[in-house]
Amino acid sequence: MILSEKHQTMRKLYRQFAETEFTDALLDALDKTGEFNWDIHRKMAQCGFLGVKIPTQYGGQGGDSLAYALMIEEFARVSPVLSIYANTSNSLGGGPLLMYGTEAQKQKYLIPAAKGEKIIAFALTEPGAGSDAGGIQTSASAEGDFFLLNGRKTFISGAPFADYAIVYARTDPTQSGGRGISMFMVDLGLPGVSRGRHEDKMGIRGYPTGDLVFEDVHVHKEDLIGPLHKGFAAAMKTLDAGRLGMAAQAVGIGQACLDESVKYAKERRQFGKPISDFQSIRFMLADMATELEAAREMVYAAALLHDAGSPETAKRCAMAKYFASEVCNRIAYKAVQIHGGYGYIRDYKVERLYRDARITTIYEGTSQVQQMVISSSLLR
Amino acid sequence: MKAIVCVKQVPDTAGKVAVKPDGTMDRSSMPTITNPDDLCALEAALTLKDQFGYRVIVLSMGPFSAAGMLREMKAMGADDAVLVSGREFGGSDTFATSQILAAAIRQIGLEDRDIVLCGRQAIDGDTAQVGPQIAEKLGLPQITYVSELKIDGSTVTCKRELEDGYMVLQAQTPCLLTCVKALNTPRYMTVRGILECDREPITVMDYACLAGDPLIDPSTIGLKGSPTNVFRSFSPPAGAPGRMLDGSPRDAVTELFAIFRAKHLV
Repeated sequence: MILSEKHQTMRKLYRQFAETEFTDALLDALDKTGEFNWDIHRKMAQCGFLGVKIPTQYGGQGGDSLAYALMIEEFARVSPVLSIYANTSNSLGGGPLLMYGTEAQKQKYLIPAAKGEKIIAFALTEPGAGSDAGGIQTSASAEGDFFLLNGRKTFISGAPFADYAIVYARTDPTQSGGRGISMFMVDLGLPGVSRGRHEDKMGIRGYPTGDLVFEDVHVHKEDLIGPLHKGFAAAMKTLDAGRLGMAAQAVGIGQACLDESVKYAKERRQFGKPISDFQSIRFMLADMATELEAAREMVYAAALLHDAGSPETAKRCAMAKYFASEVCNRIAYKAVQIHGGYGYIRDYKVERLYRDARITTIYEGTSQVQQMVISSSLLR
Repeated sequence: MKAIVCVKQVPDTAGKVAVKPDGTMDRSSMPTITNPDDLCALEAALTLKDQFGYRVIVLSMGPFSAAGMLREMKAMGADDAVLVSGREFGGSDTFATSQILAAAIRQIGLEDRDIVLCGRQAIDGDTAQVGPQIAEKLGLPQITYVSELKIDGSTVTCKRELEDGYMVLQAQTPCLLTCVKALNTPRYMTVRGILECDREPITVMDYACLAGDPLIDPSTIGLKGSPTNVFRSFSPPAGAPGRMLDGSPRDAVTELFAIFRAKHLV
């Protein structure tokens, strides 16, 4: 796809920011400690990245989905985890508010999220409800002006430090599956909310993930987002856009792996010549670049379809996420292979990229869930 | 109150320098960037805008492709952009360029509180002549190598960075300042800025537009009006890459000696 001048300029901005601000020392610290870095969060917020896709009247930058996908791709190319920093408010955190929030809810929650003053987590997954998201057990029962929230959410990105969470809970116990679920904005400072331990993850270290536990939490009725009992459809729609971001992240990781591999293949000498002279290495690089380019085209096209309101959006976002994340893992595998033993050593960038790549076929819907979405749209 | 910032699109000297058979640089075959010192001049102007409400105008002489650079500067916060472009201006050296830019600044108009800001020098020519020449031709007071800048009404106080020390100087506006990197860190564009200026036109001043100015004479502009002749252009030979050692002085020295020992130097 030939990008317009404005999108090319945006790409330049994102690349410049990532290459300047995402220093090796920062990336090492994130990976080593797994802790959130508030300084880089604030810097991204000052530059407006947390609200790239949020309209200007809600404190955002007013960009489109392609502007967002390019940002995630370019940030992920330097640091997959830091692309998540800029992602949440634009996708799973801000998305439901933007699509279903009332004006008052947007004013109260979306504006501070767009400016990076508050962080919103997305809490759908539960210990017993992963791919089967409709199997959630968390409940919210009406009691006067409040809903009484009870349950446990797991693997929630940002749970250890977020200010708010968008929580999905069953409001109609007579219904099962995706029916009878509602969406709430929950202030994580409310009595009855507790945060589980910070998970020790394989990759994407530096954006803590953990559980959220709700015990008789009084959530005000004004914090119900969208229509009662119809939250599951909202979650699925939010995930369409979220998948676009994750697909873009996979493209960024793939590009980083390819860049490192090309560089290393030219430097590394074996049998008296650079390993880039060997056909087995050259063909691996050719496959990596070709698959990556196909994935990139799918992501950009899905971004345009999403903004055009195409009925194909869900399918194309799922396809982009499925393909890009699988490609990303194939590329990361080959990148480590090209690096040989050095690729297995922490000093080399591909070691971290390999670990970071692994989650892309899992979070925001596994590859198998994407296959379900794609096939059901074909067989509808 | 205006801050007029003179900027130049230069070849990215991080890559290889392409040279034409006549010894001049083949600019069309090299990727371009905004001259880094000029971005510091722009940042200084944008800070004046934030603090005192200056209107920031970026001014460049170059081919039409330089409009992209000017648009990026609007995305950083500049209010207006002026591109001086015309076949008659091609091949200008620093003398001819300063004639043209001085005429363009006169065309834009300078008032009592206005400031002209330039980068110290461009990375392609490294002459540091254009800024001072513009000041001379416009009869403006000038302070070069500015590394700190304070403005109080019409009084500008600057720290002027020299190799072996610094001077603190004052000047009255309107004046011209040339800026060094130590002055500031240029801000980033914003996505909102990129979107807002995407379709906005850039003001273009051509030869006809400036022809009435006494500085614009065919014998003082363009290749014919340029007293400088380029004999040869080349990429300087690359030095060995250095390595910075982080941490406290004690840790850095310990690491340095570990490296020396590994190489059997000590």
